[in-house]
Amino acid sequence: MAKTMAPQKATGPALDPGLVRKLLTDMLLIRRFEEKAAEAYALGKIGGFLHLYIGQEAVAVGATSALRPDDYVISAYREHGHCLAKGSDPKRMMAELFGRRDGLSHGKGGSMHLFDKSVNFLGGHAIVGAHLPVAAGVAFAIKYEARDQVIVCYFGDGAVPQGEFHESLNLAALWKLPVIYLCENNRYAMGTSTDRALAQTQIWKFGQTYGIPSEKVDGMDVFAVRDVVGRAVERARRDTTPSLIEADTYRFRGHSMRDPAGAVYRTKEEVEHEKERDPIALLRQRALAGGALTEADVRAIEKDVSDRIDEAVAFADASPEPPAEGLFTDIYKEG
Amino acid sequence: MAVMTYREALNQALREEMRRDPRVFVIGEEVGLYDGAYKVTQGLLKEFGAKRVVDTPICESGFTGVGIGAAMLGLRPVVEMMTFNFSLMAMDQIVNTAAKLHYMSGGQFSVPLVIRGPGGPAAQLAAQHSQSMETYYYHVPGLKVVRPTTPMDAKGLLKSAIRDDNPVIFIESETLYHLKGEVPDDPDFLIPLGQAIVRREGTDVTVVAYMGMMYRALEAAEELAKEGISVELVDPRTLRPMDTETIIGSVRKTHRVVVVEAGAGFAGMGSEIAAFITEQAFDDLDAPVERVTGANAPMPYARNLEKLKTPTTEKILAAVRRVCNANGS
Repeated sequence: MAKTMAPQKATGPALDPGLVRKLLTDMLLIRRFEEKAAEAYALGKIGGFLHLYIGQEAVAVGATSALRPDDYVISAYREHGHCLAKGSDPKRMMAELFGRRDGLSHGKGGSMHLFDKSVNFLGGHAIVGAHLPVAAGVAFAIKYEARDQVIVCYFGDGAVPQGEFHESLNLAALWKLPVIYLCENNRYAMGTSTDRALAQTQIWKFGQTYGIPSEKVDGMDVFAVRDVVGRAVERARRDTTPSLIEADTYRFRGHSMRDPAGAVYRTKEEVEHEKERDPIALLRQRALAGGALTEADVRAIEKDVSDRIDEAVAFADASPEPPAEGLFTDIYKEG
Repeated sequence: MAVMTYREALNQALREEMRRDPRVFVIGEEVGLYDGAYKVTQGLLKEFGAKRVVDTPICESGFTGVGIGAAMLGLRPVVEMMTFNFSLMAMDQIVNTAAKLHYMSGGQFSVPLVIRGPGGPAAQLAAQHSQSMETYYYHVPGLKVVRPTTPMDAKGLLKSAIRDDNPVIFIESETLYHLKGEVPDDPDFLIPLGQAIVRREGTDVTVVAYMGMMYRALEAAEELAKEGISVELVDPRTLRPMDTETIIGSVRKTHRVVVVEAGAGFAGMGSEIAAFITEQAFDDLDAPVERVTGANAPMPYARNLEKLKTPTTEKILAAVRRVCNANGS
């Protein structure tokens, strides 16, 4: 139950250029997707609630890089990054945010309810804490059928005081289920800081209470996340051991687009200070310093990502509204 | 046909479906080692083992969520609520997750889940353990809600519920578990969800009732027959989706309706039935639809007050007589 806090320095072992390219591409893809989503929201093309993942990209990308494609992922309502990292198509995701026919759920889910069965992405759940028992159930089914997959369940620090967090950890530990509970501690549940919400702010320690391996990790360091999640995945796959991981991260934007600056409950200085830990900037620096990528490589990746997101927006724009009969389809599964 | 209790019929349904399909498992409080708080799961642990008869700690939200997650991956969980009153602890899982996953995912995921256990008024169990829980669930698109009145229905409907690809709320009754009746032995005997049944044919008035209220309505019908009033009894069996066609068909024949429900009347099942009858068959009515409902009060403990709270045979008799005299016939 080691605490993995120290970020690895550029002086560490040589980086695998292929891996670095993949991680940087995926993190940039999330960042650009979110930036475009914010623009589209301002233009009224996206409605309702929109919760951006900007600042937290290293968690989704680092964790997913430790998974097999057939492993499962489930998340809360700040889930665009997790869905993209799992390999979902940005075009269909953007179309879903736009409420269009070609969205992942044909426009019936929206930003908070992305689902993509083709990449084993199990949603998009917007009642805080409610998907944690569901993740335990997925792990239960994996074990029931003696398969060797695992599930990563992302949630925020806001879910920790909920009863379902504790019910889920208890069941996962009691029944030894192959689930990795990955708490993205971005320090604020909407506007409530962890020290105003939790008697125990070291969230990883709750894992010790339930007797499961638990660690804290620098959530701005994609390699550290990959490393910690990788070990948790290995334990889960080997003998269905559950884990709790607390990733220390930060959201650079507000809670949602209705809280654009996030300025009431935290200072501008704090936000600016945290932006010095920007996980994408850190990875870029490290990749260049270690020689894994050249400036030209990075520019090419940025161009490619930017093109793919522009394509996603164009696709979403071009997709028609869902047909009226969609209102009454998929309420019940027929046959 | 064998004669067995309602409890045994449910047990047989579970046993047959577990034998038929290895994806079916039972999960809940005291379902295994204890053999079920009401013995509905008696002997299942012995036959199927702890992998498929899963005892849980007391955490309704937690183990209902486990059922949903397992169902998303294609298993067919049967979640037992020791009593349905406890399902309120899991209401978010049921209403916000189980009922909506298929819709929110645009049909990508489904939740073939049964949540079953006893509910409705029982004997002196007081306010928190004696109430009609179906009212909280039949409002929700995405759920199916079943209330089986007889041992035969208990078996045939539970088997259909387990084979259904959607979340089904299946509410039994403590007061009916000991009731005996004929039950087919055929392991493929099914009663489709969404089909009402006419329990007694009649010509003068339609009485709609289910569960314990159906038995009181039957008593009333016998009594009324002596007065020359011919009562047709319709049991919806499934409350959502409701077989409105059978009920409307009966109304077109009798032109008078009394709906009986154990729960408090306000925004209850009777309100909904009265509404669709008014919408679809207003011209066929010779009298306003009458409701006989539980009083608009929590369930009291004291025996005399409990009786006042609950629809009795006398109250049903009075309502039918009122309806039949309404236009002076």
